[in-house]
Amino acid sequence: MAIIAAGTVVGAPPRRRLLEDERWLAMMLLLPTAVLLGLFIAYPFMRGIVLAVTDARVGIAGEFVGLGNFERLASDPIFYQVVWNTVLYTAVTTVFKLALGLWLALLLNRSFRGKAYVRAFILLPFIIPTVLSTFAWKWMFDPTFSVLNWTMYQLSIINRPINWLGDGDLAMLSIIIVNIWRGVPFFAISLLAGLQTISPDLNEAAAIDGAKPLQRFWYITWPLLLPVTMVVVLFSVIQTFADFQIVYVMTGGGPANATHLFATYAYQLGVGTGLLSQGAAISLAMFPILFLIVVVQLLYIRRVEIR
Amino acid sequence: MAQVVLKEINKFYESVHAVKDVNLTIRDKEFMVFVGPSGCGKTTTLRMVAGLEAISSGNILIGEQIVNDLPPMDRDIAMVFQNYALYPHMSVFDNMAFGLKMRKFAKAEIKQRVQKAADILGIEQLLGRKPRQLSGGQRQRVALGRAIVRHPQVFLFDEPLSNLDAKLRVQMRVELKKLHERLGTTAIYVTHDQVEAMTLGDRVVVMKDGWVQQVGQPLELYNAPANKFVAGFIGSPAMNFAVVEVKESAGELWVESSGLRIKVPDRNAAGLGPHAGRQVTVGIRPEDLRIAGSEDPAVNCFDAVVEVVEQLGSEILLDVSVGPGTMVAAVEPTLKTRLHEKLRLAADPDRMHFFDIESEIAI
Amino acid sequence: MIEGAIWRRWVFFRIPLFLFILVLLFPFYWMAITSFRPDGELYRPWNAINYNPFWTWKPTLVHVQYLFRETMFTTWLWNTMLIALASTAISLVCGVFAGYALSRLNFRFAGLLGTGIFITYLVPQTLLFIPLSEIIRNYRLGDTPWSLILTYPTFLIPFCTWLMMGYFKAIPRELEECARIDGASRWQAMLYIIVPVAVPGILSAGIFAFTLSWNEFIYALVFLSSPEQKTVPVGVVSELIRGDVFFWGPLMAGALLGSIPVALVYSFFVEHYVSGLTGSVKG
Repeated sequence: MAIIAAGTVVGAPPRRRLLEDERWLAMMLLLPTAVLLGLFIAYPFMRGIVLAVTDARVGIAGEFVGLGNFERLASDPIFYQVVWNTVLYTAVTTVFKLALGLWLALLLNRSFRGKAYVRAFILLPFIIPTVLSTFAWKWMFDPTFSVLNWTMYQLSIINRPINWLGDGDLAMLSIIIVNIWRGVPFFAISLLAGLQTISPDLNEAAAIDGAKPLQRFWYITWPLLLPVTMVVVLFSVIQTFADFQIVYVMTGGGPANATHLFATYAYQLGVGTGLLSQGAAISLAMFPILFLIVVVQLLYIRRVEIR
Repeated sequence: MAQVVLKEINKFYESVHAVKDVNLTIRDKEFMVFVGPSGCGKTTTLRMVAGLEAISSGNILIGEQIVNDLPPMDRDIAMVFQNYALYPHMSVFDNMAFGLKMRKFAKAEIKQRVQKAADILGIEQLLGRKPRQLSGGQRQRVALGRAIVRHPQVFLFDEPLSNLDAKLRVQMRVELKKLHERLGTTAIYVTHDQVEAMTLGDRVVVMKDGWVQQVGQPLELYNAPANKFVAGFIGSPAMNFAVVEVKESAGELWVESSGLRIKVPDRNAAGLGPHAGRQVTVGIRPEDLRIAGSEDPAVNCFDAVVEVVEQLGSEILLDVSVGPGTMVAAVEPTLKTRLHEKLRLAADPDRMHFFDIESEIAI
Repeated sequence: MIEGAIWRRWVFFRIPLFLFILVLLFPFYWMAITSFRPDGELYRPWNAINYNPFWTWKPTLVHVQYLFRETMFTTWLWNTMLIALASTAISLVCGVFAGYALSRLNFRFAGLLGTGIFITYLVPQTLLFIPLSEIIRNYRLGDTPWSLILTYPTFLIPFCTWLMMGYFKAIPRELEECARIDGASRWQAMLYIIVPVAVPGILSAGIFAFTLSWNEFIYALVFLSSPEQKTVPVGVVSELIRGDVFFWGPLMAGALLGSIPVALVYSFFVEHYVSGLTGSVKG
């Protein structure tokens, strides 16, 4: 046993000693993350603020103009349209995604044959690159060759073609449909995970207590599902509010700016026209709104969880 | 193998003073048990010896070396955890070999040591399995095996038996005892179970609220508890306590309360003398009470009414009311009794304990 | 489950579920059928007679051939794969390290840093792409894969860290304490014990990160300009549309083939993906 004792006394290299200290180890482990997030999140954020208060264009550094860019936004009718579009788009899609996602989750929460496959296939709209699947939709909404129009015509629902992407309201409806289509799987699978944590005993006990299915849902399932629901909604609202891909592919913001969102408008001004500072100002304008949404939701989630 | 010395050990967690001025010497080859209710600081003390918790003040020595700032890997100790902490992704063999690999032992040496340990514990046929394929008792053995292959200076045990069912626990207790006799390694064993403490420990440390209450051999704790807490903690069923007044009449000392009047035995008289006219706590173990017979002097006897009868087979536990209070008496299994029956109980005069009412220290 | 009559099963369960599946999967069917259909069948007006849009008797590979011969689709696939793998690897290493530090180590500002990472988790890419494009240019990373390999981790790391924190918290502390007593340093205990035990979590995070990078669009659109550097989504958007003319056949073929790698990866690890997805929304 003396041999073993000797074996352990062998000194370790000093670097290992340093990493035995929790604080040093933590610092080392966090360093790569801090560097990457600092360089490509924190710094761009600062840079964005700096850009937004200058009149920089591509290739031109620009001069300090204070809140000039924001003043210009405040007098830009398109910007008001963009705000309205984004709010409408986010609100409508979120409501439908939640309702349909919850419905689908409840359907999937039963046991039936092939459930694993159904669940796997249902997630496809969420994992397939959005730009690519949106093209399929754009093709389905094509003014001349729309398969949707063809089907509805054959079913005698319409007698002349619907110009889906040519009319402002219909274009908005179209991008809303695509967003819902893409988002429902995310809601359904997340809520399904939430449903599965609710013990079936509770529902059975309520059934024995005489609660009807709707009552069981309202008094048992929904309250227990609420915390998960809130988090899912939070994520979805942020992503939808800042959405870019669907609109960029489907309409490019048109017709006549009817479907421009913050991100597409910022892209059009900042990258398309080269007005970097104005684009940055529009992007940044999202921040306070998003921040407010996050704070409100987090506070609400905390309240729900405490209860 | 080595002794372990704790000098003026303190542990603060922010505002909580978890371990207070602990001074202890655990001798070489000794099996020392730390016992106490949860939150008494016993596990924290063990974890400070292991190096898993920093020491707020004081010194810990393993052998001759101060180990305060030594990381756990350099302390040459082995530890068995309550949940066994088997590495789930490794086979039993690899679990046992891990410590040796970390210390860069030769392959052949590792193999030989693991084989030997497995042989001692009777788990040779399990070496290829993963932990999740083992029963609770088998996991326990693997955890032990992982500790003994290392041949460490000190074994640390953190409630290793509390996840086992009652029967297995008794069996493993016996095996642990044998193992310690065979290996002779210094061991520190933490438990909340006083039976484990009494049966396993060469000496036992009783802790409460971060303070060491008493250190001694198991029988010392049982026979001469240093204070009311130790008296109540050691022994099962627990000691009966009653608040009584010390009275002097005709040169004799008596303790009295409503329903209870006993003459102070001669061996306690000197200690209790200064307390005459004041209240003290008297403690009598259930096994030191019996149904009064003709040979019992009347001065040790008192009346009681049966409230609950617990038939255990080997003995009967009687919950009785004595005046306004209650006591438990362990009596012969042959006794025939009924609820609410009035009995006369006798206390063993040599086995009565008295405690100061404020300090709770034994008188 | 409490069940009623058979008609209830149909009305409340089978038909709605069937409709959900139909609507959710139809665009992919449409993508596939368009990819293999000759142009003559594709461009038939919506009210043409004898038109059967849902099937073709004359399947053709001409669109796929066009994709591979006339465009740099293979290059785009490689670029996307390379960028997705590299940024996922970087994010996993960072996420495992940071998640371990934040869930297992005691140090000052741990809570603050955790909150910081959670907040960046909520920052959408579209918030920062304009200043970021300028920075990428200044670092001379523009139009190189590095511009994406280094920026994708900004939205992958917070997610990976968050997910790994959850996994690490579920691993008993005693495991690494035992390893440290067995002679492992903190670093070794993490590497040899905690990381292997967390492999399912790492897989989940990895699959999720991979699909997210494959899906990313706006950074790739803004930071890349030459056709040979582009990723699949950007390449399809910018190289298969000439002005107002959409080449629907190759477009759909590109969309289909561009989806297949990510769908394949997904199909092998569905369970891990799902647990990653559900883990990402758990607190």
